Amino acid sequence: MCSIVESNIICIKKKAAEKVRPMVNIVWILLILIGLVVAAFNGKIEAVTQAALDNAKYAVELCFGLIGVYALWLGLMKVAEEAGLVKKVSQKMQGVMRFLFTDIPARHPAIGAITMNIIANMLGLGNAATPLGIKAMRELQELNPHKDRATDAMCMFLVINTSSVQLIPATVVALRSTAGSSNPTEIIGTVFIATVCSTAAGIIAAKILQRYY
Amino acid sequence: MADIIDIISSFAIPAFIFVVLVYGHLNGVSVYDSFVEGAKEGFVTAVKVLPYMVAMFVAISIFRASGAMDILISVISPVTEFLGIPAQILPLVIMRPMSGIASTGILAELFKVYGPDSFIGRVASTVMGSTETIFYTLSIYFGAVGIKRIRYTLWAALLAEMVGLIASVGVCSIVFGR
Repeated sequence: MCSIVESNIICIKKKAAEKVRPMVNIVWILLILIGLVVAAFNGKIEAVTQAALDNAKYAVELCFGLIGVYALWLGLMKVAEEAGLVKKVSQKMQGVMRFLFTDIPARHPAIGAITMNIIANMLGLGNAATPLGIKAMRELQELNPHKDRATDAMCMFLVINTSSVQLIPATVVALRSTAGSSNPTEIIGTVFIATVCSTAAGIIAAKILQRYY
Repeated sequence: MADIIDIISSFAIPAFIFVVLVYGHLNGVSVYDSFVEGAKEGFVTAVKVLPYMVAMFVAISIFRASGAMDILISVISPVTEFLGIPAQILPLVIMRPMSGIASTGILAELFKVYGPDSFIGRVASTVMGSTETIFYTLSIYFGAVGIKRIRYTLWAALLAEMVGLIASVGVCSIVFGR
């Protein structure tokens, strides 16, 4: 579990990771074990060994290839963070938020935290987004009459968060460029349209389901 | 439609750099210094990702080299074809809601096998960029305030992810052609 020296957010992240890890664990084991059994039947044991060794090596080369793009992107993110860009954009979004979160009183601090989390996510500022999101959840919990049951606003917030509109999918662009794409950024537009669709679907689903659950 | 999407793709990053630098400078940020400060994290991040990348790459390459991937694809392709989704991206779709790093590994392996500029590579990129690690995210935020009854949140999130998946294939077909 979490030690005393660790900050609260690292601790929360750790706990969440522990819940998800068994799922990833199972998929990982299945991939390898099924692969080995099928290889034995197909007479491809040697090919499998070769593939494992080659790809372990390739994975490392790939990670080193990512350093440059990561550095560029994280450098920009730092500038955006220190300039307070997230806060600025959030102030312009308050109107939309009031439509989505009808059960939060006007001027409640939850709205600000939610907006800033969503904007940080849109800009790909994952590290800045998590503390804002946790703050938003705590504000929403203050308004919650049943402390173990999610409110409509919480559900809406997390549905938007998990389907969040991506302005720049930085990791994908970085991977594409490292993998030798002739146009690594060509998918930014398609990602944008796809997330607009998924976020809209999520919002509509949440608005409908909140009446029945 | 395809033209507009094209313009978004070309201008997003330059526009973002421009806005960030100008806004940062006007707000008294020492832009160069804080850029360098942030860029230092690039190396650390890449090294942090490395063991996960190796783990996922090895697992999926064993699965592929053994012929198991071909079997899986031929079994599920009637279903995925009906939905218009390339069967090859299924491992990515399954892993995506569980783990960001593991699905990044799967995406990179798809790039290696099919190429980032193939239809599969483009759809996989779009799916990866337009979806989120649902289970982990819900766990963080509900866990942080001790909510146990999450009601319809997971279903709505998974539905949104499905819509994102189908939209990804649709948009890529329009913009890039099959």
